[in-house]
Amino acid sequence: MKMNGARILLECLKKEGVDTIFGYPGGTVINIYDELFSFKDIRHILPRHEQAGTHAADGYARATGRVGVCLATSGPGATNTVTGIATAYMDSIPMVIITGQVPTPLIGNDAFQEVDIIGITRPCTKHSFLVRDVKDLAMIMKKAFYIARSGRPGPVLVDFPKDVQIAQAEFSYPETVEIRSYKPTLGGHPRQVEKAMALMLEAHRPVMYVGGGAVLGNASDELTQLARMLTIPVTTTLMGLGSFPENDPNSLGMLGMHGAYCANMAMTNADLIVAIGARFDDRVTGKLTTFAPHAKIIHVDVDPTSIKKNVRVDLPIVGDVKDVLSKMIKQADKLSDKVAEFKAALAPWHSDISGWKEKHPIGYKESSTIIKPQFVIQKLRELSDADAIISTDVGQHQMWTAQFFQFNKPRTLLTSGGLGTMGFGLPAAMGAQAAYPGRQVITICGDGGVQMNIQEMATLVQNKLPVKIVILNNNFLGMVRQWQELFFDKRYSSTCMELPIDFVKLAEAYGAKGFSSSKPSDVEKIIKQGFKEQGPVIMEFKIAREEKVLPMVPAGAALNEMVLNA
Amino acid sequence: MQHTISVLVENEFGVLSRVSSLFSGRGFNIDSLTVAPTNEEGMSRMTIVTRGDEKILEQITKQLNKLIDIIKVIDFTDGSGIERELALIKVTAEDESRAEVLRIVDIFRAKIIDVTPKSYTIEATGNPVKIDAILDLLRPLGLKELVRTGAVAIGRGAKGWKG
Ligand SMILES: Cc1cc2nc3c(=O)[nH]c(=O)nc-3n(C[C@H](O)[C@H](O)[C@H](O)COP(=O)(O)OP(=O)(O)OC[C@H]3O[C@@H](n4cnc5c(N)ncnc54)[C@H](O)[C@@H]3O)c2cc1C
Ligand SMILES: Cc1ncc(C[n+]2csc(CCOP(=O)(O)OP(=O)(O)O)c2C)c(N)n1
Ligand SMILES: [Mg+2]
Repeated sequence: MKMNGARILLECLKKEGVDTIFGYPGGTVINIYDELFSFKDIRHILPRHEQAGTHAADGYARATGRVGVCLATSGPGATNTVTGIATAYMDSIPMVIITGQVPTPLIGNDAFQEVDIIGITRPCTKHSFLVRDVKDLAMIMKKAFYIARSGRPGPVLVDFPKDVQIAQAEFSYPETVEIRSYKPTLGGHPRQVEKAMALMLEAHRPVMYVGGGAVLGNASDELTQLARMLTIPVTTTLMGLGSFPENDPNSLGMLGMHGAYCANMAMTNADLIVAIGARFDDRVTGKLTTFAPHAKIIHVDVDPTSIKKNVRVDLPIVGDVKDVLSKMIKQADKLSDKVAEFKAALAPWHSDISGWKEKHPIGYKESSTIIKPQFVIQKLRELSDADAIISTDVGQHQMWTAQFFQFNKPRTLLTSGGLGTMGFGLPAAMGAQAAYPGRQVITICGDGGVQMNIQEMATLVQNKLPVKIVILNNNFLGMVRQWQELFFDKRYSSTCMELPIDFVKLAEAYGAKGFSSSKPSDVEKIIKQGFKEQGPVIMEFKIAREEKVLPMVPAGAALNEMVLNA
Repeated sequence: MQHTISVLVENEFGVLSRVSSLFSGRGFNIDSLTVAPTNEEGMSRMTIVTRGDEKILEQITKQLNKLIDIIKVIDFTDGSGIERELALIKVTAEDESRAEVLRIVDIFRAKIIDVTPKSYTIEATGNPVKIDAILDLLRPLGLKELVRTGAVAIGRGAKGWKG
C-alpha cells in the first residue's frame, strides 16, 4: 500500500517496537503530527521544551535499555535538541532523534527555519541521515535504530525534509540490515580471554573497575557472578553504579574525584586492574602519571577507541561485556583448583581493603538543627521502593546521591556523567516514568539545575507522570561554590542564587503538590507524604548551605591525594 | 612522524565532512587530503597525510574506523605503499633562466604544459619528496604559483586492498 513519508515514519517506529515518543510540533513536522493524530499505536508526549523532550527520550532509554525517540521541528526546534543529543552521546545512550527539515529544493537557501542540524550535531551523534527520497526512508530508519543500539550505543539523527514527508511510496520494512562499513566486534577473542584469566589468577591485589558499559551491555548478572566466584573487589564509575550491588561485601563503591577512599586506595595499590566497559575518564584517573603505578591493566571494551586512549593497556579485549564476562566465567569454572588457590592468596589484600574502608568510610557530620543533604539521601534510600529509579541533576546533590544512596540494581541511577548537563534530572525522570508508569521515579536536583527545565512540571501533571522531585536547596550553585571555597579563596562570584524561590507555590502553580522544610525532624515526614501522593510532587529541603562534597581529589592531583572529611 | 593513510569510504552524503571534522574536532593534523571515486560502485578513496606519535596514530586509525561510513583504513607508513603526487608549477622564465628551467624539467622527467615569453608552467609527478626537490631547485628562479594534489597511495605487490 502506498503511503506518505510521514505515515511511513510512524509505521517504521511501530515496527521497531517504539511505544512512546517525545516531540514538539512545528511547520516542518506538521505532516507527521497530522498522521500522529489518528495513529493509535504510539503515545506522543508533548514536553514544554525540545531540550527536555530529548532528555526524556534519553531517560526512557537509560531506564529501559531500549532506543529513546524524540521529534522536533527544523531550525530552533532542532537546535534545542543539541544539548540533549550531546548529553546522550557522551554517555553512549541509544537514541533516534527525528528533525523536520525545510523542503529539499530549499535546502541551502537560508530558508525560513532552516538550519544545518546534521552539521551542527556531527561531533555529538554516532551517525546521521538526511532523507532525500521517500523510497529510502524505511531502510534509513532500520539502519538508524540498528546503529543507535548496537556496538557502543549512541544517538542517531534523522533529518527529514517536509517534501519527503508528503511524497508517497510503497511501505515495506526491511527484515534485516547489513552495513558493510559497520560491523562492531561483539565476541571477545577466546585467546585474549584465556590470557586475561591467566593474568587475573596470578594477581595478588586485583580490582575490577567497572563502568557504564556493564549497564549498557546488561551484564550485571555476569559481572556479579564472576566477582563473587573470584572474590575480586569491585569499584564502579559514576556511570557503572548499580551494575554491581553496593551492598555486596566485594563492593568498594564509586572511585574517582568524589569516590570512596578505599576505592581510590585499591586502584593505587592494585597489581591488576580489570577495566570493564569503563573509559578511564579524567574524573576517575586523577593525575595520569601517578595512576595505578603498580598495576597491569586488562581492558574490556566494545569500542577500540576507548582502549589505550588515556592509559597504557597490557591486555586489550575488544568485545561486548556480556560475552567476555560469560567467557571468563566459563574459564574460571574450568580452572577451579587455581581459582581456589587464588582466592586463598587474596586474604592480605582483602584485609588491606577492610582497613581502608574502616579508616575513612564515606560519611558526614550529622546535625539536629540543620538539614544535611547526605541525611536526606539516606532517608530517601530507606523510604523508597527497592526498584525505585533515581535520576539526578548535576552538581553537589548528584555526588551526594552517588555516595549515599547505595545502588544495587542496574538502570536505577540515571545521571549525566560525561557532559554533566544541568537540567537533565527532571526530564530524564519524566522519560523513565513514561516507560514505567507503575514504578517509583524520583529525581534529586539542586535549586540551580531544577530551574533549567522546571517547565516540565506541566508535562508531568498533564500526563499524570507522578515523578517525585526532591530539591536539595542550598541557594547556591553549590558545586561551583565548593571550588570557589577551596581554590578561589571563597570568592563566591555569581554562585549565590540570592532570590529565594517559593517551590511550594511553584508546584501549586502547575497543579502539583509541594512540601518544604528546613528542619531535620521534618525530612522523614515529608518524604513519606510525598511518596504517598498520586501525582507529581516537589519536596524541597533547605540544606546546610556550605556543605561540601568530600572526599575530593583536587583536579590534577593523584588519586590517593584526597581531601578527606574532617 | 608523517603517516600516509588510505581510507575507503562509502560515497555517502557528508562523508568528507565527517572525516575532516573528526580531524579538526580531535586536534589531529592534516598535511594533505585527497578524495575521488574508485573502480568499485559507491566507494571513494581518500588519502590523508597526517602527523603524530604512535599513540596519536593509533587513535586516528581507530577513530576513522569508528565512523559508520568508513569501510577500511590502511596505514602505509611501514613502506608498504607507493606514493605519488602531482604538482602544477608556474615559474618565471626569462632570458638566461629559460634554459635552466628546461634542464631541471628534464632531470625530473617533468613536462612543460604552458609557455609564455616570461614563464613556463610545469607538470611534475612523483613521490612527494621528489616534488619537494624540484621545487627547491625552481624556487630561486621565481615561483609564481604552485598547486599540489597531495599524495595518493597504493599498496605494493600483486594484492588489492581486499587481500
Ligand atoms: C560533577 C561530576 C562529578 C563527577 N565525579 C565522578 C567521580 O568522582 N567518579 C566517577 O567515576 N565519575 C565521575 N563523574 C562522571 C565522569 O565525568 C564520567 O562520566 C564517568 O567517569 C565515565 O564513566 P565510564 O568510564 O563508566 O564511561 P561511560 O561513559 O559509561 O562509557 C562506557 C564505556 O563502555 C563501553 N561500552 C559500552 N557498551 C559496551 C558493551 N556492551 N560492551 C563493552 N563495552 C561497552 C563504551 O565504549 C565506553 O568506553 C562525574 C561527573 C560529574 C558531572
Ligand atoms: C548547563 C550547565 N551549565 C553550567 C554547569 C556548571 N555547573 C556544574 S555544577 C553547577 C552548580 C549546580 O547547582 P545546583 O543545581 O544548585 O546544584 P548543587 O551543586 O547546589 O547541588 C554548575 C553551574 C553545568 N554543569 N551545566
Ligand atoms: Mg544548589
